[in-house]
Amino acid sequence: MSSTESNPIREAIAEAIDEHEIILFMKGTPEAPACGFSARTVAALQSVGARFAAVDVLPDPRIRQELSGISNWPTIPQLFVKGDLVGGCDIVMEMYESGELAPTLGLQAQGPPEPLQADSPSAAEGLQIENRLS
Amino acid sequence: MPSAEEIKSRIEAAIPGAHADVEDYTGGGDHFRATVTADAFVGRSRIDQHRLVYEVFGAEIGGAIHALSLKTETPAQTPTP
Repeated sequence: MSSTESNPIREAIAEAIDEHEIILFMKGTPEAPACGFSARTVAALQSVGARFAAVDVLPDPRIRQELSGISNWPTIPQLFVKGDLVGGCDIVMEMYESGELAPTLGLQAQGPPEPLQADSPSAAEGLQIENRLS
Repeated sequence: MPSAEEIKSRIEAAIPGAHADVEDYTGGGDHFRATVTADAFVGRSRIDQHRLVYEVFGAEIGGAIHALSLKTETPAQTPTP
């Protein structure tokens, strides 16, 4: 496939990254994460009070494939802030524990990190790439 | 299925000055956790440090290696015993 060919999935992903200041590509949804790494990343974001858009990569395997092509990052989840890849679960958790996460997201630091709770209320906006493709 | 030992030796062979500690944390041969220290990380962002390690395995990440959880450090960051 030539890189000049139009690629609606890649374009939809690039647009979504562009349009949302904080966007998380994950397995499942913030309410029902389908993978422990995605669940921990959502919990860290919610714990610092972040509002973020969330894209489930599972409905279409091409979403993950094209996303990794754009980001040069092989695993899910992937967190983007202002268009730049911040990292996956390991980096987000490291930043959460060191207190770097809130300022990176443009939020006020909230003191020392609290133990994460999986049932924090969601401030996430679900976003469905596959619905943009019809 | 790669072993923790194999992942360790591949990281250490591919990245100059790298030392890796790898554990298979489910025992299933597909979920690994690695702490990697390397001179090659100096001056790179955390995300580029992780990319260097992921690049060792290419498409195996997400394939045969379902998960490779990473922590990267430069030699100066590693506490000496």
